[in-house]
Amino acid sequence: MCGIVGLYLKNPEIRDQLGAYFSPMLEQMSDRGPDSAGVAIYRDDVSQSAKVTLYDPGPNFNWTELAADSTRDLGVDISVERISSHAILSGEIESATLRRWVEEKRPNIRVMSSGNNLEIYKEVGLPSDVLTRFGIPQVSGSHAIGHTRMATESAVTTEGAHPFNTGDDLCLVHNGSLSNHHRLRDWLREHADFKFQTENDSEVAAAYLTWRLGQGATIAEALEAALLDLDGFYTFAIGTRDGFSVLRDPIACKPAVMAETENWVAMASEFRALAQLPGVDEARVWEPEPATVYSWGQA
Amino acid sequence: MNDRNDAAGSATYTPKVIDEIHRAAREGIYSIRGAGAKRSVPNFDDLVFLGASMSRYPLEGYRERCDTNVVIGARYASKPIELDIPITIAGMSFGALGANAKRALGLGASAMGTSTTTGDGGMTQEEREASKTLVYQYLPSRYGMTPDQLRQADAIEVVVGQGAKPGGGGMLLGQKITDRVAEMRTLPAGIDQRSACRHPDWTGPDDLEIKIQELREITNWEKPIYVKVGATRTRYDVMLAVKAGADAVVVDGMQGGTAATQDIFIEDVGIPTLPAVRLAVEALQELDMHRKVQLIVSGGIRTGGDVAKALALGADVVSIGMAALMALNCNAPLFEDDYAALGTRPGECHMCHTGRCPVGITTQDAELEKRLDPEEGARRVRNYLSTLTMECQTLARACGKSHVHNLEPEDMVALTVEAAAMARIPLAGTDWIPGVNK
Amino acid sequence: MEIIDLNSVPVREMNQRLQMRDGVVNEQEFQVLHPGGRHALSVGLTHPIDVTIDGHTGYYCGGMNQEAKITVNGNVGTGVAENMMSGCVRVKGDASQSAGATAHGGLLVIEGDASARCAISLKGGDVVVCGSVGHMAAFMAQAGRLVVLGDVGDDLGDSLYEADIYVGGTVASLGADCEEKEMNSDCRGELEKLLAEAGVTADVTKFRRYGSAKKLYHFNIDNAGDY
Repeated sequence: MCGIVGLYLKNPEIRDQLGAYFSPMLEQMSDRGPDSAGVAIYRDDVSQSAKVTLYDPGPNFNWTELAADSTRDLGVDISVERISSHAILSGEIESATLRRWVEEKRPNIRVMSSGNNLEIYKEVGLPSDVLTRFGIPQVSGSHAIGHTRMATESAVTTEGAHPFNTGDDLCLVHNGSLSNHHRLRDWLREHADFKFQTENDSEVAAAYLTWRLGQGATIAEALEAALLDLDGFYTFAIGTRDGFSVLRDPIACKPAVMAETENWVAMASEFRALAQLPGVDEARVWEPEPATVYSWGQA
Repeated sequence: MNDRNDAAGSATYTPKVIDEIHRAAREGIYSIRGAGAKRSVPNFDDLVFLGASMSRYPLEGYRERCDTNVVIGARYASKPIELDIPITIAGMSFGALGANAKRALGLGASAMGTSTTTGDGGMTQEEREASKTLVYQYLPSRYGMTPDQLRQADAIEVVVGQGAKPGGGGMLLGQKITDRVAEMRTLPAGIDQRSACRHPDWTGPDDLEIKIQELREITNWEKPIYVKVGATRTRYDVMLAVKAGADAVVVDGMQGGTAATQDIFIEDVGIPTLPAVRLAVEALQELDMHRKVQLIVSGGIRTGGDVAKALALGADVVSIGMAALMALNCNAPLFEDDYAALGTRPGECHMCHTGRCPVGITTQDAELEKRLDPEEGARRVRNYLSTLTMECQTLARACGKSHVHNLEPEDMVALTVEAAAMARIPLAGTDWIPGVNK
Repeated sequence: MEIIDLNSVPVREMNQRLQMRDGVVNEQEFQVLHPGGRHALSVGLTHPIDVTIDGHTGYYCGGMNQEAKITVNGNVGTGVAENMMSGCVRVKGDASQSAGATAHGGLLVIEGDASARCAISLKGGDVVVCGSVGHMAAFMAQAGRLVVLGDVGDDLGDSLYEADIYVGGTVASLGADCEEKEMNSDCRGELEKLLAEAGVTADVTKFRRYGSAKKLYHFNIDNAGDY
């Protein structure tokens, strides 16, 4: 299955340390998930500006040309920054518009995330390699969630790695195994017009939350509804534009531990992922209760 | 001419089905029984070997070696298991079986240089003494589980599930919970045992990995750790067992037996052993772990032909449960009145759950146990294992193999379309593997 | 007193040192530094030695303990003292799920809270929790005692066999076949003894006792809903 981690920096003065604090957390979860890893970073919140993270594994992909084409088509300056196999496309535009352009004009490029301050990087391989590849130890930002994967019922692919982003700035990582995701996927496809990239149960959970939010629910309400509609075993960590949330299913067999100081709040599948955070020795450490929504930030 | 109104029975509501509906209406609870799936499923009967020909030459029996030895658990364990033959005795509990049966199995297996396995109830001293190589099961119930016994074992088998009831826990009815069984399991004597279906302190391969680490630390990294699953999502399960750190994986097909569980569980859950073997081997090959993490396969292994075919598909070892009991006279035409008293007859009996086994195997009753002499039983088990081995070698030699592990899928063809599809072996006389090519 | 620093020494070496497999007990007291949430610390011990762990541990701390006295100055992860046979494990902080799982003997004391499935499948050991416990406490507990000074979550003693449960605070709900039992002076005396052994002070008159209703001891269709 998997290891999941999340870190939310309450103190804005340490936001330049986000990557430095977060990377060891993810690495500690390598044993739980050797197949692939993924990270969602929230930073550079410029409200009007869209950010779309794209993926193409080819080393020679011409991102500059893609940016230029989108600038021309959308009538707005779109810039691109390449980071290994991923690229961040951004501009003063609705993120949904920018995402749609990519999906229609470049259907072969995978969209990893879209929103205003979310970037998602995920790859097949050891977590430590994935972190280095995308320069995660050096990033700054307000919060991050991450995932190390031991694939259960679907293939080990880049797309199959978590986090999954299915709506603006929303992403989800999951430790566990859902049991009713196939029918739920079909329903969301039929009735909510979702397009799925994988056969993964976690992607269905992410899509479900996005659907609920689209129906007007808050993230907390969407998670309360998830307790009724999702079946199986799960610990979820959810990232939103302003914060993050944690939810465990009512049986709560999959692990979760939380720690909080005045500077940060963190969660992980195992305590050892939190053991190197500065101030952890004085932190309040506790285990989230089953079937209870926990939220930080203005989530 | 067909008369639609004639008195023929229904294929849907057969007499057996109608009986069961009547019973359910009477008793209001599921029916519980022993043994494995009785329904007809594609099995090894549907595969045959391509023996020697103009292009492939056989080995002479006796003089020209056909080796059968196998090593299990060299991946991490410092003391791997070495077996003389690739056939082991599967996990069956003391409680399900009586002490004489466990002793007979242990002595017989030891005589052939192979292992037996404890079951859902812990290790008895007789079993440890009778079995030269003993695999200790680590189950959700943890009945009788102690670190002393863990350290006395030669290998540890973490049970996630078994073929008869993947997703179900152990079951032992009150009539078999004697004082001795009760004491071993920390239960009141005479009650019907309820069992957990999940382990109490881990769920999922990511947490299993940590549990395996603990077991290794307690046993000084000496003993091989097997992970046993009932055959369901076999490809994923085998991959996850490898990733969780197993030294060997045990895959038990739906034909695998039990001493007691719901009949509906036995018949309607799990996939046959035939596709399970292939799926498991493919999973290991995909991880480049074939022959590095050993594959032990069970569930309806009956003859040396079954052994050879399972090995040819890529298994390292096969394990026998019900067949070993049959070697001890399970379903033999002896004490026929007692079979009749249970409402059955030799050849059809699955009354293990009653504790009234007519031949003294799956019972705790001292009188019935006298019908099974451990020494004589051990001889029969040894004879049977010996026959299986010789049959397997005969087939292997006919295919030109000097070691039974050199048998390959290409040594076989299938006789039915289902078997061809399940085993990914061509239909005899054609190149056709359904689902793979045209 | 011997100090083992897990920042310098691998877990394997620590366990080998504490297990003393050659039978030579040349040190009685050990202090373990920087556990850092590591798993399987001081497992499979067989000698009556004293081990103190300074910090938080991961899963299965003190697993299958025999004879030893283990103290954790911090929190523990899943399955602390699982399958313990004898000896004592004391947790100064909180415990995660499955604390004392399937323990046959010995005493587990948790000075903080324990989460879900505390004392699951208990087989004769004693578990004393000074704080509160989560849901499914004493699930299928067969023998032994669970004492909770604080509150208990849902489904206490579900599918209980012969274990005894004492609760000082509230119980959110009872599991299948678990019912309140009489708490007489014998029970109070026994509880007092156990609390003394655990080094815990509490007013035994405030406790209630729970045990099996024994309706699930034999399969009966009238109880089908409880299976």
